[in-house]
Amino acid sequence: MLEVANLEVVYHDVILVLRGISFQLPEGKIVALLGANGAGKTTVLRAITGLLDIQNGDITKGEISVDGKTITKARPSEIVSRGVTQVLEGRRVFGEFTVEENLRVGAHTSKGDTEAHAMRVYDLFPLLKERRKSLAGYLSGGEQQMLAIGRAMMSDPKYLLLDEPSLGLAPLLVQQIRDIIVEINEQGTGVLLVEQNANMALSISEHGYIMETGKIVMDKPSAELMRDEDVQEFYLGLHAGGGERKSFRDVKHYKRRKRWLS
Amino acid sequence: MTTFLQATVAGLSLASIYMLLALGFVIIYKSMQVLSFAHPAIMLFAAYMVSWMAIDKQLNFWLALALGVVAAGVMGWLAERVAVRPMIGKPLFAIAILTIGLDIAIRTPVNNLIGVNIRSVGDPWGFGTLQLGDVVIQHRSIAMVVTAFIVGSLLFAFFRFSRVGLAMRATAIDQEVALAQGISVGRIFSLAWIMAGGMAALAGTFASSDLSGLTQSTYIVALKALPAIVVGGLDSIGGAVVGALIIGLAEAYTATYQSQYLGFLGGNFSQVVPYLVLLIVLLIKPYGLFGTEEVERV
Repeated sequence: MLEVANLEVVYHDVILVLRGISFQLPEGKIVALLGANGAGKTTVLRAITGLLDIQNGDITKGEISVDGKTITKARPSEIVSRGVTQVLEGRRVFGEFTVEENLRVGAHTSKGDTEAHAMRVYDLFPLLKERRKSLAGYLSGGEQQMLAIGRAMMSDPKYLLLDEPSLGLAPLLVQQIRDIIVEINEQGTGVLLVEQNANMALSISEHGYIMETGKIVMDKPSAELMRDEDVQEFYLGLHAGGGERKSFRDVKHYKRRKRWLS
Repeated sequence: MTTFLQATVAGLSLASIYMLLALGFVIIYKSMQVLSFAHPAIMLFAAYMVSWMAIDKQLNFWLALALGVVAAGVMGWLAERVAVRPMIGKPLFAIAILTIGLDIAIRTPVNNLIGVNIRSVGDPWGFGTLQLGDVVIQHRSIAMVVTAFIVGSLLFAFFRFSRVGLAMRATAIDQEVALAQGISVGRIFSLAWIMAGGMAALAGTFASSDLSGLTQSTYIVALKALPAIVVGGLDSIGGAVVGALIIGLAEAYTATYQSQYLGFLGGNFSQVVPYLVLLIVLLIKPYGLFGTEEVERV
């Protein structure tokens, strides 16, 4: 279980970005973390994988633990070797490297069989195998996203954190990425899916958390979230009953409800 | 023709020294975007260590050289850990000035140790030469070119095939992604300085191995590697090699032919040539021959 408890993060010593966030990612499950831009989703991921430093952020309270052992403020390399790997937002492949080299970088911490991990990634993404000698910069957006996920899988993570894997992809490719996430999960990897595309995220996840301005304002099993009227209106883009659109102010009631540890 | 070949040999051996230094500059620059002005001091320190061990302590030259390489690596590592690492994230200008300070801090005590006399590094090449047709090749030139070639090839293989070399390249491209893959970027920084130090030790020993020996002003050699990397492009390893060749050959040809054709420029004009080449290249290609052009959106 990857567990985040009461996490508080401050940027530049003054900007409070996360105000006490708690959630769990059980082993081998998919959990979705949803929210609008600026809600703090990416910050949560950065805090978990130890990448806050580079953005001048700091964990001021709370704890993050993997399988009962704390990794709060651990070094990124240690966190990766504990089995938690993040796919950064916006793909960020090494454009001047070949596909193969990109994967080798991903296997940096793995002491085991790099070949076997590579075979597994090529099985997941046959396309990458075809193009393994070409420069990653020449791949299409969807292929680059696959490469980014594949690169993260090279460290054989127990928990995979995906930051907006559907960003800027055509609906068909979003479908593909979705299927791959499901497949990765079926092979036993827990997935924390941070998404704007709530529809896709909720359709494959077990449980969903909704963030607003640095707090988790709602958390329910994904199926229930899908049926929730407010969620439907503001995250799934449906709106119930036709008629006039509701004002955001009227539905934000849940935001004011205090949510302590859960 | 003989004169030309002779000048080429001299140019190649100069280029080997510049290349060993330039590669150090580039490796550091690539890993942390810092131009280390402390490099000349580290080179001088290493050359002194070799000289001290080989001459004062009567150690075997090769052993002394190996220890010198290690000492320079340690010095590079210390400089990085103590002075440069805490400055990461600060303006590059501040870090550059800091490395100048480091240069003075290391060079002053080393200068005192070297003293005013010319020291020898105790190299085994001496004045030995090899006659190839009409061309006379000094043994030390052969040693330099061979060493530079071996070091260059090893470095190439290291960056291409090894896990750590790949991690270094990845760090140079995108530090954050490198961190996210579990690469310990701090260790990569240290390694860059250690490698640069080791190569500077070789360069310093070679530079002090000829008639001029080791003096307080030997460090100027390292400053001439700066035009080499700027010509090649600050962040290109291949560029450092090409830049070193251009600068070394240009300097040697000028030394050979200038007094004959352009005598009015005075003696020792060849010392200025590296900077002249630098100026011309920058006028035509501001990012060097192989450097990454910075594209900025306005």
